[in-house]
Amino acid sequence: MPEAVMQPWPWYVAGPLIGLIVPFVYWYGGKKWGVSSTLQHMCAATVPGRIEYFRYDWRKKGAWHLAMASGMVLGGFIGGRILSGPDDVVAISEATRSDLAGLGITDFTGMLPTDVFALDAILTVPGIVIIVLGGFLVGFGARYADGCTSGHAISGLANLQASSLVAVIGFFLGGLISAHVLLPLVLG
Amino acid sequence: MTTTETTPVEPEAGSESLAVYFGLGALIAVIFMKGEVVSWFRIQEMFRFQAIHMYGVIGSAVAVGAVSIALMKRFGVRTIRGEDIEFPARAAARPRPNHILGGTLFGLGWGLVGACPGPLFALIGSGLPVMVVALLGAVGGAWVYGLLRPSLPH
Repeated sequence: MPEAVMQPWPWYVAGPLIGLIVPFVYWYGGKKWGVSSTLQHMCAATVPGRIEYFRYDWRKKGAWHLAMASGMVLGGFIGGRILSGPDDVVAISEATRSDLAGLGITDFTGMLPTDVFALDAILTVPGIVIIVLGGFLVGFGARYADGCTSGHAISGLANLQASSLVAVIGFFLGGLISAHVLLPLVLG
Repeated sequence: MTTTETTPVEPEAGSESLAVYFGLGALIAVIFMKGEVVSWFRIQEMFRFQAIHMYGVIGSAVAVGAVSIALMKRFGVRTIRGEDIEFPARAAARPRPNHILGGTLFGLGWGLVGACPGPLFALIGSGLPVMVVALLGAVGGAWVYGLLRPSLPH
């Protein structure tokens, strides 16, 4: 494997490649690229109950999302385990590193800190807030906003949609509150 | 394109292959992993404005996507099956309360768990079973949204 592939890819390689997904999905399927609809299809396929939001033909509407999400699991393995090592260190800025160290983060290997993201830490306060509540809000908010980073910040902004700009402003508003207020409260 | 082909290959409508979407998903996740956009550390760095990385990724992705879409509209590009492409209409894209409210809730989650839906799948595949819990949380969040939807402001 060429050395450049094994190294982390700079933003000017990863970003344009992600941008090309948008025209590809329009061209191949006539569809707007987005990932978070997958969550709706997973609900519709398992426990739709009597909820109107989940009562539709998920096989017809959602098969492509579910296939893509399944592929992403495989791609995570290829990208994370074959094309890089699980203990590679993400080269974040010194300022971020020292801020996070100040919050008690000690493990800077891999994609996320095992201080927080560990199965046996899930039932601690940081585990519940960061992993369970964090995941919950990602799913709830993405469906409420009708899109996540892919559908709004990439596909929607690329189509110059005002609604997506508003959603992205919300993403940053929420993210700033979490990074600067909630995380220090929970980890401090 | 081969020269032996006498008629253009025109698959019938509905012949989209799920294998293509599966392969696309795999490719996307490789880009996500190698571009470190699945990294909790990178997300914290972004919300602290301490590096260009994530802004560069999102900004250049939007730029490439926007130019691509503009070109597709300009030249009336059709789908692989020869169908018209329906880009979201302006009326449907008008900002509504759900965009800012849902967006802010999503951002709160993104800043905590450090991963949006796509990266959750990629991280699970990279060998982090703990992220199955985060994904179940996200599916639960989508379910509760579906339940409360009729009574939420949109």
